[in-house]
Amino acid sequence: MEEKKEYVVEVEDLTVYYELEKETVKAVNGISFKLEKGRTLGFVGETGSGKTTTALSLLHLVPDPPGVIKSGKVNVCGHDMLALKPHQLTKVRGKDISMIFQDPMTSLDPVFPVVDQIMEAIMLHEDVNKSEAYQKAIKMLELVGIPEERAHEYPHQFSGGMKQRVVISIALACNPQVLIADEPTTALDVTIQAQVLDLMKNLRKQYGTSMIMITHDLGIIAEVCDEVAVIYAGSIVEKGTVREIFKHTRHPYTEGLFNSVPDVKNRGRELTPIPGLMPDPTNLPAGCAFAERCSYATDACKTNKPSEHREGDHVFFCSAYDDPGFAIKRKDS
Amino acid sequence: MGRYILKRILQLIPVVIVVSFLIFIVMDMASGDVVSALSGDMTLAEQELLRHQLGYDRGVLYRFWIYFKGLLHGNLGTSLVMGESVWKLYISRFPNTLVLAFASCVVCYALSLPLGIVSAIKQGSLVDNGCTVLALLGLSIPNFWLGLMLIIAFSLKLKWFPSMDFKGFSSIILPAFTIGTGMMAQLTRTTRSSMVDVIRQDYLRMLRAKGVPENTVITKHAFKNALIPIITIAGQQFAETLGGAVLTETVFTWPGVGRLTISAINSRDTVLATGCILLTTVFHCLVILLVDILYAYIDPRIKGQYVKGKRKGSGK
Repeated sequence: MEEKKEYVVEVEDLTVYYELEKETVKAVNGISFKLEKGRTLGFVGETGSGKTTTALSLLHLVPDPPGVIKSGKVNVCGHDMLALKPHQLTKVRGKDISMIFQDPMTSLDPVFPVVDQIMEAIMLHEDVNKSEAYQKAIKMLELVGIPEERAHEYPHQFSGGMKQRVVISIALACNPQVLIADEPTTALDVTIQAQVLDLMKNLRKQYGTSMIMITHDLGIIAEVCDEVAVIYAGSIVEKGTVREIFKHTRHPYTEGLFNSVPDVKNRGRELTPIPGLMPDPTNLPAGCAFAERCSYATDACKTNKPSEHREGDHVFFCSAYDDPGFAIKRKDS
Repeated sequence: MGRYILKRILQLIPVVIVVSFLIFIVMDMASGDVVSALSGDMTLAEQELLRHQLGYDRGVLYRFWIYFKGLLHGNLGTSLVMGESVWKLYISRFPNTLVLAFASCVVCYALSLPLGIVSAIKQGSLVDNGCTVLALLGLSIPNFWLGLMLIIAFSLKLKWFPSMDFKGFSSIILPAFTIGTGMMAQLTRTTRSSMVDVIRQDYLRMLRAKGVPENTVITKHAFKNALIPIITIAGQQFAETLGGAVLTETVFTWPGVGRLTISAINSRDTVLATGCILLTTVFHCLVILLVDILYAYIDPRIKGQYVKGKRKGSGK
């Protein structure tokens, strides 16, 4: 590995709260990570763990009110996203960084033909006239496997998988350096999932786009990502390369995630779901957020913040490793 | 689409029959008839003769049958009181009403749409509440009172606008403002609630993520998606003002069809009253049809339904 790495996304100590009338939802609590050019970073975690909020912060799109970015720095392709004015932000969004949302059914404007929605992005960011934008939009659609005849149709005339292809072509229309994919396949059925993932992998190879893949599906992580960050209750609990995380799981929560995945080879094995629920984000515990559900937790875990440990690029936050002899008992599949 | 329009126009026929019949019955139930309204210096014998000539001795159904035969020939009849063709009387007043309806709606739309959009964006804020109060104020103030106050302020004191009759553009401002502000509340509330629904949609976030400026997100995308309920109400309001605004027309002595209709009813001029109300009904239905056609151009999903004809579960 060379010393000099080029980062397209750098996030430092990002904290985002949703301040409601009666309570404050602490969605993201001091997340830091970096994304190297051309690499794919996976965010994995339960629903409500703050993955989407983190992603929206990268675009400075957290709905405000009630969302407030309390602290932190977000640098995308050299732009300090949190300091940019609205008119400057519109120049970065879609051009340097763009995003694919979870539900393709509701991601497209129902009253405009799909080709118009791609052209809109192209004409905003590139100095082209209408017919050039049209040509490029058609090219993008063909790239994701939608023929020109269907370009003038409206979103309601497309199936879910086709809609997600359109969404992908909109997101990639201006060759962004960074693409955030927020559970891009969750709303699709399995065969379509595979097609969409393949498509995204190919496009990434073709354009060298760096990607952040948000998912709760460990299979997708293994399939497309280079690095993984496991998020729990708004904090990263474990971070490393896919190989490290899958082969040398360190954090008890990550262990729990793996144990909850059904195994086809060993169908007799009982699933071991993680007991309990994620802590209420309006009332996070003082110590480790996972302590309540962790089988290794000691009393100290409930009051003290977890300590940071490193093994090369593999980082994890768990006080149990203060004892050098500690090891988790992950069931091997 | 063509078939659909034809079908809707054919649906007007039963409407015309029922409406004309109802007006005839109601006018018959009202006390007095056109002869007693006309009889200034007539002798009783002359009055009886006139009643016989007009068919008042043969019962309401007979008179309706005579009138209806005329209708089938496209003849709206002759006003009993004024002696002129109903069509001519109506059409001479209609442009005035059309102009006033148009101007009132321009005032109403120009105020309601921005207020509704702003309240939706600033939901629950002071601005939102302010817009609601303003719209409710327009609804609550009686038109005739507002009209009179406007006349006192702008015609009598400031002498900016004339208070009476149709004298070019300046005379339309006060009555249009009076009617327009009266209709404002409904459209403002509709715009607000429709926009509030759309503003929460995911596709707006997707638009922002691809770098569309906020103003475009709201005015181009959100507004077009919110438009169906808005044009439904806006179209209805235009159709209603086409029937004439009786109170406002009276306050401003505006020579519109509203006043013509009222005077026909007061003088028990059944033929003129029926003709006026029938024509108003037809224009009303045509405006609603026009709005229905507009739906298809705004929302492609509705167009699909028209093209395919009947669809399971949908009414028309």
